[in-house]
Amino acid sequence: MTDGITSRRGFLASSAALAGTALAGCSGGSASSDDTIQLGVLEDRSGNFALVGDPKHKASMLAIEEINNDGGIDGKQIETFDPDPQSDNQRYQELTRRAINQENVDALWAGYSSATREAIRPIIDREDQLYFYTTQYEGGVCDKNVFAVGPTARQQLGSVLPYLVEEYGPKIYTIAADYNFGQLSADWVKVLADENDAEVIGEEFIPLSNSQFGSTINRIQQAEPDFVMSMLVGANHTSFYEQKASAGLDVPIGTSTAMAQGYEHRRLDPPAMANIYAGVNYMEEIPTEHNTSEGGFVDRYFQKFPDAPYLNEEAENNYFSIYMYKMAVEQAGTTEQPEVREALESGITFGAPEAPGEEEIALDGATHHVDHHMWVMRADDQHNVEAVDDRVIPETFLSETVGCDLTQEDEETQYTPQDFYEEAG
Amino acid sequence: MVNGLNLLFQFLDSFAFIVLAAAGLAIIFGIMGVINLAHGEFIMVGAYATTLANIRGGLPLPVAMLVGVAVTAVFGLVVERVVISGTVPNALSQRFLGRKVIEPLYDRLADSMVATWGLSLIMVQGVRIVLGNSLDQIGTPLGNIAYSGFSYSTYRVLLSVVALGVLALTYYVFTRTEYGMRARATIQDEDTARALGVDTERTYMTTFAIGSGLAGLTGALYAPTITMVPGLGSSFLVEAFVAVVVGGPSVVLGTTLAGGLLGAINAAVTNLFGTFFGRIALLVTAIVMIRFLPDGITGFVETVRERRQEGA
Repeated sequence: MTDGITSRRGFLASSAALAGTALAGCSGGSASSDDTIQLGVLEDRSGNFALVGDPKHKASMLAIEEINNDGGIDGKQIETFDPDPQSDNQRYQELTRRAINQENVDALWAGYSSATREAIRPIIDREDQLYFYTTQYEGGVCDKNVFAVGPTARQQLGSVLPYLVEEYGPKIYTIAADYNFGQLSADWVKVLADENDAEVIGEEFIPLSNSQFGSTINRIQQAEPDFVMSMLVGANHTSFYEQKASAGLDVPIGTSTAMAQGYEHRRLDPPAMANIYAGVNYMEEIPTEHNTSEGGFVDRYFQKFPDAPYLNEEAENNYFSIYMYKMAVEQAGTTEQPEVREALESGITFGAPEAPGEEEIALDGATHHVDHHMWVMRADDQHNVEAVDDRVIPETFLSETVGCDLTQEDEETQYTPQDFYEEAG
Repeated sequence: MVNGLNLLFQFLDSFAFIVLAAAGLAIIFGIMGVINLAHGEFIMVGAYATTLANIRGGLPLPVAMLVGVAVTAVFGLVVERVVISGTVPNALSQRFLGRKVIEPLYDRLADSMVATWGLSLIMVQGVRIVLGNSLDQIGTPLGNIAYSGFSYSTYRVLLSVVALGVLALTYYVFTRTEYGMRARATIQDEDTARALGVDTERTYMTTFAIGSGLAGLTGALYAPTITMVPGLGSSFLVEAFVAVVVGGPSVVLGTTLAGGLLGAINAAVTNLFGTFFGRIALLVTAIVMIRFLPDGITGFVETVRERRQEGA
C-alpha cells in the first residue's frame, strides 16, 4: 500500500518528468534526431483508468531505463514523450496528433481501453504511425499500423473457460460490462462454450455506472450455474465481488478482467475473491524464472518503484513490447517505421516475464498479435494466488478464422466474432 | 417466476441506497438553495475517513464510521466558511484590501453549481495525489440471510432500517428542535427571521455541516460494500439527484416518498428485466416527473392543498 508521503514524492517525480519533457519540447531540437530514439508513451496516471494505467507507465519507464543503461538501441539513447492523457479520449486524440506531428515519435504506446484505441486508431492510420496497443482486449484488430500485443479474449477466456468446464461442469452464467469489450467477450464465451461442449444458461450486461448488484446476485442464484464468467470492468463493477461474497454467493468465477489488472485480491478484504480464476498472460505472482527469481522482473520493478502497489498484466505487455521494438530496430538497422514494421513481422521472439524457463513468446508477423503463454490463476480464501494451469495459446481468431495476413495485405479492420460464428450472433 | 422475498430485499436495498444518497443533498439544497455538485465527494470523504480509521487506525468499524461522519461534518463546515459563505476569505480581504471580495452562494443555484463542481474536481484529484489510486477495502460485516436457494447480505438489508432512522431523526431535528425552527424560519423569510433575532448566518453554517455529516454517514455506511477509489462518489450521484428532483422541496417527506417510489420502480424493473433496464426506468421516471410535476411530489401535494384551501 502506498502511504501519503511516498506517493507525494512519486507525484513530484512525475511532474518533474513532465516539466522535463515540456522543456525538451521547447528547446526546439527535432525529437527524432539521429543520435536518439523518441518513444511516445501515453498511459493514464489520473482519471478513471489511473489505477490500471499507472503500472503500464511505470513498466515502460523501467524498460526504457534498462535499455538506456545497457547502451540504448544500437547505441542510441531513448527519449520519451509521456504526458498524462488523464483517461480522457479527447485528450488522447490531441496528444496522439502531437506525438506524431510535433514530437516525431518513432513508435507509440498508448491507451488502456478499447474505446481509447478506437478513438486514436483513425489518426494512427492516417499518419501510418507504428503503434503498440498493450491491454488485454476483445481481439480482432487486423491493422497494418497496430501491434496489439496484449492477449485477446479468445486467448484469455480460452485458457480459463475449458479449465472450469472440466473442473466444475458445463453450465455457464455470463456477466459482462455493457460496452463493446464486454459484449464481444460475452460472444467469445458462447463460442468457447460451444467448442467445449458447455452451455451459456444466462447472461447479463451491466452498465458501467452501476455499483449495486443485489438483483444480479439473485438472478445468478436462480439460474444455478456451475460457474460464472465475469467480464466486469472498472471501479464500480469491482463492488460486485465484495457484494456477492457478503450475500453468500460462492459459485466459482472465471474472469479475464479481475485480479490481473486491478489487483482486487490485494485491495479487497478476504474472502471476497476466493475461488476466482483469472485467465491471463501475466500477474505479479506468476512463478517463472524471469519473473519472481532474485533480480527478476518483479524485483527490478519494485527496486525502481518501491511504493508501487502492484505489477499488473498490462505493465508486462508494455515492458516486453518495448524490448521487442528494440530487437526490431536493431534487426532493421534503422528507426524508419516501414523497415521496423517489416522487422517486427519477421517473427521476433522474446523471453518475457510470463514465459517459464527458457521459453520465448513469439510475435506473429501476419496478425501483429502475440502467441502468449497463458496462465490460469486461482485466488484462495486468504487471497493467495496460485497457478493451476498454463500453456501457450496462439491467437487463432485472426490467423485461422479470419485469415488476416498483414505481411500480404494491408488492412485497417476490426473483425468481430458475429461475422464468423453462428452462436455469437 | 418472481420471488417475493427477492423483490422485497431488492426494494429495501434500493430504497436505502436512494434515501441515503439523497439525504445530505436534499437538506443543503432545500434549506440553503445551494446545489452541491461535490455531494459525491463528501460521501467519498466519509468513506475514506471510515476506511482509514478502521484499517490504518485500527478502530472498530462502528467507531470508525462515527469518525467518518465527524470528519465529513467538520470538512463541510470548513467548505461552508471558505467557499459557500466566503466568510474566511472576506475576513482576510477586509483586513488587507479593506473590502469584501466574495458574495455568499446562498440561493445562487447556477453559481453554487460551478463552485462546488470545481471543488469536486479538486477533491478527487487531491485525494488521488495524496492517497494513491485506491485504498484497501473493509469487508462487509454480518454475513447473509439464506432462504430457499437464495441469499441476501444482512448488512444491506439493515441499511434500510438505518435509512428510516435517518429520515426520522431529520424529521425530529427540523420540527421539534429550536435549531429546526430557526432553519425553517430562515427558509421561509430570511429578512424577517433575522429581524426577529435569528442568526441566519449561523443557521446556514449548521445546516451545511449537518448535510455534510449525512453525506459522510452515507459514505461510512457504504464503505464496506464499494470499491475505495477517489471517484467513488460519482456512483451515488444519479440516484441522489433524481431523488431530489422527484422528491421536491420538502426535505424529509420528499426524500421518503422519492426513495419509496424510485426504490420500487428500480427494484421491480431490475428484477424483471435486468440492471440495464432498471437504470433506464430510474432516468425515465425523472424525465416524466420533471415534465408533469416540475416541483416534485411534495411540490404537487402543496399545490393541491393550496387549491383546496382557496376553494373552501
